[in-house]
Amino acid sequence: MPGIEYLFAALTPLNIMLALGGVIAGTVIGSLPGLTATMAVAVLVPITFSMEPTSALIMMGAIYTGAIYGGAYAAILLNTPGTPSAIATTFDGFPMAKKGQGDLAITVACIASVTGGLVGATFLLLLAPPLAEIALAFGPVEYFWLAIFGLTLISALSEGNLLKGLIGACFGLLLACVGIAEISADVRFIFGSQVLLGGIETVTALIGLYCIPVLIDLVATPDRHLKVDHKPRGFRFLEALAISWKAKFSLLRSSVIGTLVGILPGAGGSIAGLVAYTEARRTSKNSQNFGKGEPEGVLATESANNATVGGGFIPTLVLGIPGTPPDAVILGALLIQGIRTGPSLFTEKASIVFTFIYGLYLATFLMLPVGLVIGRYAYQTIITVPKALLVPTVAFMTMIGTYAIRNSISDVIIMIVLGVIGWILNRFGFSPSPIVLGLILGRIAEQGFVQAWTIGAATGELWKMFFGRPISLAIIAFILLSLFYPVIRSRFGKRTGEVPHVE
Amino acid sequence: MKVKLKVLTIMMLVSIFSLTGSIVLADDYPSKSVNYVIPFGPGGESDITARHQQPYFKKLFGQDLIISYKPGGGGAVGWAQLNKMKGDGYNIMGINLPHIIIKPQEKAVGFTTDDITGVYMFHYTPDAIVVNNDSEFKTLDDLIAYAKENPGKVTFSGSGKGTANHIAQLRFDKLAGIKTTYVAFKGTGAAVTALLGKQVVAEWGYTSVGAKQAEKARMLAVAMDERHPEFPDVPTFKELGFELVSGAFRGIAVPKSTPEDIRMKLSDMIGEINADPEFRKRMESDGMALLDVDYKGYQAFIEEQSKVMLEAAREANIIK
Repeated sequence: MPGIEYLFAALTPLNIMLALGGVIAGTVIGSLPGLTATMAVAVLVPITFSMEPTSALIMMGAIYTGAIYGGAYAAILLNTPGTPSAIATTFDGFPMAKKGQGDLAITVACIASVTGGLVGATFLLLLAPPLAEIALAFGPVEYFWLAIFGLTLISALSEGNLLKGLIGACFGLLLACVGIAEISADVRFIFGSQVLLGGIETVTALIGLYCIPVLIDLVATPDRHLKVDHKPRGFRFLEALAISWKAKFSLLRSSVIGTLVGILPGAGGSIAGLVAYTEARRTSKNSQNFGKGEPEGVLATESANNATVGGGFIPTLVLGIPGTPPDAVILGALLIQGIRTGPSLFTEKASIVFTFIYGLYLATFLMLPVGLVIGRYAYQTIITVPKALLVPTVAFMTMIGTYAIRNSISDVIIMIVLGVIGWILNRFGFSPSPIVLGLILGRIAEQGFVQAWTIGAATGELWKMFFGRPISLAIIAFILLSLFYPVIRSRFGKRTGEVPHVE
Repeated sequence: MKVKLKVLTIMMLVSIFSLTGSIVLADDYPSKSVNYVIPFGPGGESDITARHQQPYFKKLFGQDLIISYKPGGGGAVGWAQLNKMKGDGYNIMGINLPHIIIKPQEKAVGFTTDDITGVYMFHYTPDAIVVNNDSEFKTLDDLIAYAKENPGKVTFSGSGKGTANHIAQLRFDKLAGIKTTYVAFKGTGAAVTALLGKQVVAEWGYTSVGAKQAEKARMLAVAMDERHPEFPDVPTFKELGFELVSGAFRGIAVPKSTPEDIRMKLSDMIGEINADPEFRKRMESDGMALLDVDYKGYQAFIEEQSKVMLEAAREANIIK
């Protein structure tokens, strides 16, 4: 292993303490919808001024790792993805919690996050410089097609309800247009209102569309929030481990998908989780159970999104191009410390880089005990707190969380309005995920398309631009596969012996 | 429990201060921490330069500078709220040119250029043409010659539309008599990625790109009056015969209700930070160029920049 001599530099008592504190703080912050890893890291930047660069990096990396895992709590227990990367966690996590398996879901998520984190960190350790080239190979066209690919996954996700899925996605695409456009600077659909000027922030939409309907339903129905018909059963660690072991290939594949997507600066955790989830569902023996509370679904998304941490650091450290928003903040803190990133960072400043990577391993390992303990506490709290207390507390948190994203009261208004819209749409069988995916992917697709068109038109190779690049062609092939997969499966799939489960 | 008590004490102290602090005296300003709002997200250049100021503010004036973010609409969301903040000198906001000049001209974005009370412009990140290290273009002349033979075919990545990079591209095209294609990206990071990935021929970037990407990219010329101390080998556009000094200018503004003497005091304070040799060195090694436009000079500076920037933007139909 390269730089093994720095392993011990990472394992000083101070660093272990910082990593532990970082993971705990990160997990708690990440579990609160609206409080993001980016903000958590940004708040700490001034503290890092007076620290050794490696210690500062280890602490920031630990917070980041913890926050991505913490996002799973709200996704599982409240059906609210705290970050876009946890969207797909709600698909099976919340149904599991509904069935009284919330504790198992959280432990599965913890094991998956640790595995994903370790795989991501290993790629970072062993293959960072060559893998960074992937970030450069993806141009505007590739991002455009990738976003289209993401949109086609909606069809796979909304089986039996394709039309509603597509309508939801179109609504999301429209929401993406609101505000000052990121690259063309056009002001669109704000109807003269200051509230809409800043556009619709993804996390605002997540909280509104996912959490508010759950809150309204809680008030409107006499049932308990989550079904509990048993005494506390401990961590259920061995049970979760057995599930993970059975799905070990899916777990590894999801981690690799997460790492690779994490390397792409323009893609983000939402795409990683989504691709990993649909892949896991396609190949799983239990694919009929996906969406109804299948632990494998949680396993896939949670391993993928934690793998994006290591993946995202690859372009950050090698190219000085932040892979994710928290990476941008960490990169800024490094600059202030006077450290230049670049290919030679791995040779000239090897002590810093490798100490940091081993620190990331350390934080990821620490996440196992920390995650299990905090997770259990979160679960116990959610199931034991009376509804009369739970609803106002969560409602209050959604407001604070939404405000904290951009320190903006407009976002709170948008969140509540979207929440009511989301609740009404839920009545008619529309699920929030296609809307949010339309919102996220619409922006990526628009930017990629405009840029690719501009470059293609300038060089007179418009056709070649969109259909003449190898990576684009590969993604287009995936798009076609994804679009026609239901047809292919219904025609050829029958002989693979798919017997519907009887519950 | 101890922590809780401490927090409580601090909260009480803060509330007492905010009650008594309504009468502001410039003499003992600053007597508490100052809230510094950046109208962009964390990790960008506006954030990083503010972070550079942070420790020197503490060192020179004994109070904390607390940075928070109010991103949205390319800064517009923050600036639209500037004058609604309390004008006691403890609320200040970062401002950026050409944003505060161009944006209000495009459409109603909730503020006008005159709404903003700038007290100091403390630096700019000079525009620069950046190419990959292995690019066939060794000098600016090579690039111009190629662009003349192939109108429109030279593609530049750059950060955003109607931004410093974009205005510089428009102005330079006119000065050099060439036609090039500008491709707007979401931020400098994405524009650099496009350059390094060879999606575009060159980038209209900043000297800070040259500093960060020294191993993979080089600059053909920088838009400064004199050569940048970090890059003594890179010529200025001026010495090559093009009257182009431009970049992303950054400064600090206060709400309109801030008293005159506080504005003056704050202006002097930012100037003092700017004069700190260690601060200068840090900023310059990041590729920034320091600038000293104080409160008195602010209005004239904005008028002068507005004339140039609005003309370029108007000719390119970015604004009407």
